[in-house]
Amino acid sequence: MYSFEPTDEQKMIVDEAKKLAEREFRSRMRDCDEKEEPALQWMKEGWKLSLLPASIPEEYGGFGEHSAITWALAAEELAFGDLSATLVLTAPNLVAFPVLLCGNEEQKQEILPAFCTDDYRPASAALQEPRFNFDPNRLETKAVKNGGDYVVSGTKCNVPLAEEAEHLLVYADLDGKTQGFLVSKNTPGLVVKEREKNMGMKAFPLYSVLLEECRVPASNRLGGENGCDFQLLLNSSKVGLSAMALGVARASCEYALEYAKERKAFGEAIAQRQSIAFTLAEMRTDLDAARMMVWKAAWLLDQGRDATRESCLASNFTSDMAVTVADRALQILGGYGFIREFPVELWLRNARGFAVMEGITII
Amino acid sequence: MISFEMSEEIREQKEYAEKVSREKVRPYARYYDEHEHEVPWDFVKFIWEEARYHIACLMPGSMDLEEPFMTQMHSVEALSWGDQGFYLALPWPALGGMAIRATGTEEQIERFLKRFHGKEVTWASMALTEAHCGSDSAAIRTRAVQDGDHWVLNGEKLFVSTARESMINSKGIMIVWATIDPSMGRKGMRLFVVEAGTPGLKITRQEKKLGMRASDTAVVVLEDCRIPLENMLSNTGDPKKAKSFKGAMATFDSARPTAAAGGVGIARATLDFLKEQLSENGVPIRYDKPRNQLSAIEKEIIDMEAQLEAAWLLVIKAAWLIDQKKPNTVESSMSKLKAGDIVTKITQKGVELMGNLGYSRKLLLEKWMRDGKVIDLFEGTGQINRLIVARRILGYTGRELK
Repeated sequence: MYSFEPTDEQKMIVDEAKKLAEREFRSRMRDCDEKEEPALQWMKEGWKLSLLPASIPEEYGGFGEHSAITWALAAEELAFGDLSATLVLTAPNLVAFPVLLCGNEEQKQEILPAFCTDDYRPASAALQEPRFNFDPNRLETKAVKNGGDYVVSGTKCNVPLAEEAEHLLVYADLDGKTQGFLVSKNTPGLVVKEREKNMGMKAFPLYSVLLEECRVPASNRLGGENGCDFQLLLNSSKVGLSAMALGVARASCEYALEYAKERKAFGEAIAQRQSIAFTLAEMRTDLDAARMMVWKAAWLLDQGRDATRESCLASNFTSDMAVTVADRALQILGGYGFIREFPVELWLRNARGFAVMEGITII
Repeated sequence: MISFEMSEEIREQKEYAEKVSREKVRPYARYYDEHEHEVPWDFVKFIWEEARYHIACLMPGSMDLEEPFMTQMHSVEALSWGDQGFYLALPWPALGGMAIRATGTEEQIERFLKRFHGKEVTWASMALTEAHCGSDSAAIRTRAVQDGDHWVLNGEKLFVSTARESMINSKGIMIVWATIDPSMGRKGMRLFVVEAGTPGLKITRQEKKLGMRASDTAVVVLEDCRIPLENMLSNTGDPKKAKSFKGAMATFDSARPTAAAGGVGIARATLDFLKEQLSENGVPIRYDKPRNQLSAIEKEIIDMEAQLEAAWLLVIKAAWLIDQKKPNTVESSMSKLKAGDIVTKITQKGVELMGNLGYSRKLLLEKWMRDGKVIDLFEGTGQINRLIVARRILGYTGRELK
């Protein structure tokens, strides 16, 4: 049966996420964006939500089950507070979930308990490559079998928290298919290069990473000899980003709505003019539709069904929607929209990233 | 618990409606488009004698459904995929039935809707719009004046779907919106049931339309049309206190997602056709490819598919709220305005993408473009639905946001 009512437990998580997002994320959003550095509280306070340990089964040190729907709900709330903060807080997912979803038993035993402690442990995945025709299914970073090892070489970009991360999952092409390799940070040939300078998500440190003939033991291939279902991970990444896009769009939507009700022109609130009111109605309509699309794709993931089409549609629609909504919000603010004292320009910069930043998060 | 799982019940209904759509509707869609004002009798008879025992919404209450409105949305979408005009020509209580169930007494529901369970084909229609007002339904001028134990109706109504079918081709009913006192504004609005054969009700013109031609749309004139007092829909005995308007407006909360579901059906027909053509010509749609590396046509298709999915999920959300008996005014209007937008754009794009073939009347693409436009017009235009959504999200009254 159809149902669009989150469980009581999910509602509780959403509530907690909302409080955190307001208290720690939104309040530091502008400052961190300007400094291009995350706030320590994002990790410290955010980790107290225990979102990740709650997604890892007891046998691996956690206390729950993974659910893309629950994550989609939480991610929207967190990103409503701030996107960079959400990406920082959820960076450990980049290793934990691929291992949980695709890893073999040894990998789960070895890696997952590290993400179930009281402390935030930065982790990262390297998927993107710096070229306009980057395609996650056709990577130029290559993995070649050599004796008992894989030799991985290539150039990666937009690698989250590469400097700080203790675990790094590198995606590389192995015989025409994208596969994951758990690469230790001290592997010879692995060099973390300069910090990326992007348009938005500025308080989320991303790096260039160079891999020069890095030798990785065969046992570190994600999923072992059988490898991993990369499309599943890519779909989960798209759904995660899309869920966050909902938060950014909702932030813009609500801000513009409140502004339009307060801002007076010609003796009445500008929201009382149809041109503004209809714009707000369209923004809300597409936001609500996008949420349903994200939920549907997340639900398919939870059902263990193929979500390739639905996550593609959700990501297409949601990334467009987020940009349009943020842009319309900015337009409603008029000149103030262009001023950094107001938050909308930041949301527009962040929103543009959703269509192009696959692989920087996963739920 | 969030779930998009379609129940077995809905799946069966949907699959049956799809079969009807494929076999009994689509093959005749072009004929009735080119022969406007002809009644698709074969289809109508098939529905009455067979299909309505399988498609639950055609005989409300005939099946005990867990998600009645949700089921209806799937049936409407599937039938509209075949032809929107055929769907609108269905012999069933339709919108009129919804209004009766929303505002009528038990006795009225029984008296007016029983005929839809009988042997003879019966239609219902709803007369609301007038020449000078559509969405501004509180401004209607059709008068109802009490004369002894009768109401006397006078006025002219436009865009009455299945008017001829309900009044001439069957012993059906027409729900007429009229005011008992123009000075009362919307508070004076009442709904009246006129039965087929009542003197004073005339169909003066059948409209010639852009599309949706299998469905008849007529002008209705009421000239001293006398109906019994008990044909006024109301939950209370006192006509002055009847809250008809609100109840009737509430029926639009379920009429809008229904109209939207029809639009989704037309849009899906277009997309299914386009994808089939592309696939036959060796152009697959790659959902796993980054967006900036798709061909122009792939990107068009994926964008349209995303828009279609967005509209459909808004319909689903509104329908779920109705089945949950929760308020859904905003969601209904959202689904309707979105469906109106996307069906217009997708069907127009369909003609463009198939080039001169799309423009040809040999295919149905041009017809879907003509049919689809109505979705953004009836049951409240796209603009009025934007107004409804805007007022709700802003917390404005009608006076604050005109």
